[in-house]
Amino acid sequence: MKDFSGKVLFLDRSDINTDEIIPAKYLTEITKAALKPYVLEDLKLDGFDPKKDIEGKKVIITRENFGCGSSREHAPWALEVNNIFTVVAVNFARIFRQNMYNCGMLAIDMEASIVDDMFANFAGKETLATVDTEKTTITLKAGDLEKSYAFKLEGFDKALIDSDGWVGYADMKY
Amino acid sequence: MGKTIAEKIFDAHLVEKPFDDTFVVKLDRVFCHEITTPIAITDLEARGKDRVFDPTKIKAVIDHVTPSKDSKTAEQSKILRDWARRHNIKDFFDVGRNGVCHAIFPESGFVRPGFTLIMGDSHTCTHGAFGAFAAGVGTTDLEVGILKGVCSFKTPKTIKFELTGKLQPGVYAKDVILFVIGQIGVNGATNCVMEFSGNIIDEMSMESRMTLCNMAIEAGGTSGICYPDMVTVDYLWPHISGEYESKEAALKEFSQWKSDDDAVYEKVYKFDLSTLEPMVTFGYKPDQVKTIKEMEGTPVDQIYIGSCTNGRIEDLRIAAEVLKENKIADTVRCVLSPATPKIYKDALKEGLIDIFMEAGVCVTNPTCGACLGMSNGVLANGEVCASTTNRNFNGRMGKGGMVHLMSPASAAATAITGKITQSPLFKGAK
Repeated sequence: MKDFSGKVLFLDRSDINTDEIIPAKYLTEITKAALKPYVLEDLKLDGFDPKKDIEGKKVIITRENFGCGSSREHAPWALEVNNIFTVVAVNFARIFRQNMYNCGMLAIDMEASIVDDMFANFAGKETLATVDTEKTTITLKAGDLEKSYAFKLEGFDKALIDSDGWVGYADMKY
Repeated sequence: MGKTIAEKIFDAHLVEKPFDDTFVVKLDRVFCHEITTPIAITDLEARGKDRVFDPTKIKAVIDHVTPSKDSKTAEQSKILRDWARRHNIKDFFDVGRNGVCHAIFPESGFVRPGFTLIMGDSHTCTHGAFGAFAAGVGTTDLEVGILKGVCSFKTPKTIKFELTGKLQPGVYAKDVILFVIGQIGVNGATNCVMEFSGNIIDEMSMESRMTLCNMAIEAGGTSGICYPDMVTVDYLWPHISGEYESKEAALKEFSQWKSDDDAVYEKVYKFDLSTLEPMVTFGYKPDQVKTIKEMEGTPVDQIYIGSCTNGRIEDLRIAAEVLKENKIADTVRCVLSPATPKIYKDALKEGLIDIFMEAGVCVTNPTCGACLGMSNGVLANGEVCASTTNRNFNGRMGKGGMVHLMSPASAAATAITGKITQSPLFKGAK
């Protein structure tokens, strides 16, 4: 299982699509590692500089409908090769969310009010997230401020996180 | 309690429900192209599982970059080609015989009512036009589909769209789906099947139904879906005539794939589309729509006619009707890609290609081409394209480029003036 904790990148926008996460012109790459420099290259977000802002970040917190658009698994892979294994959002596009779990990565759905609270308290600050997949909590810490939030990880999602992803699971069972 | 068509298809394909909300279903088809499949193939090889569940149910095509443009894309095509040969996948469409996946697979009769199918391509929802459950998936789901012929889905919630009234001349399926997405938003159908019914659908050709279902994903939908009827049977007849005594017999069997009257829906939308006008997108999301009238006069640099949304023969006929005896504006270039070799040949026979070339249109081979800026027709920074495709995301057709989505009629009219223009086929709202 991956280490889902680390520094947080706040992306204050809804409907961030897979073309923004990894542009189509890089889909000719046939290794995941080759995608590393291009993650979020075309993200339309005022003040965002992919070269500077992604460095060292391991957790993304964002708004609604993250990962909409194309089915490309290159989107979670581009995050994965940058050591970003956790995305927290109000909700996700279906294919992107399934791709995350199929890769053993966490796509955490949170109530809009909780995401609001995260942004209100921590956005703009150097924030560390500690993710506990057993207790299903995510704890944010910036300076003296620390807050814990519960999330859901159960059923099929948890089975995929606990096992070696969907390929191993399916080949064993079907 | 009645069931929706999607629920009936899931019931008929259920392998198991490992969890209450999770269905593992058998697949009738796994479609593959050269962009998302090669990594699945190399991963299966690395795991020592280079097998396929059934070579007759797997269909593959090179369509995104064709012919290959460089060493990397040549390698992608080679991996797919070698794999198809190795596993005796007979329905592999190589360069010259290839077309856009969501046009060539239905045209080849591979999709039937009641089928389940997946592909590593988000616009797989197109095939729901035949009364099938068709979903785009990522590479890992594709990999398991190839290996085991199964895929997992959450309980298929359905949103029903009852589309009634009479479309004005010059208003098409593309305008309808842009309108619907504008109403419900890009997140409006996430995790849901979008079921289209009503007399507007009954009167649509299969090509138009495919255009409609193609953009279900742009509202977050898992699959678009229409009920099979005689239009479906007629389209499929060349491929199924050996399997049924008569068209009526085929229709009788297909008719089981229909929602019950008391089926339970997540939501029901009813739209009377009698006053609908030609639509166009204005921003970087497919739900940012206006009428063409509101956007008229916006200058463009390129026009693109083609893609899995609007590259079929019906679309080319409409574009040709507008472009006939006209020239495109000096300030623009217009690129047109017939979606399959058959469509290309039919367009040649019907004289459509002549009309396009006389007008100054660049007609390319069948390919996904400019739609996602992977091969030809890429925009320069700051350029604007009027396009019959399905996505207007930032940078989609080239870094710094802007795309306005519209119907082939509107795109052709725009090519003539170089500015967003109402098509002459639309005579005004009644």
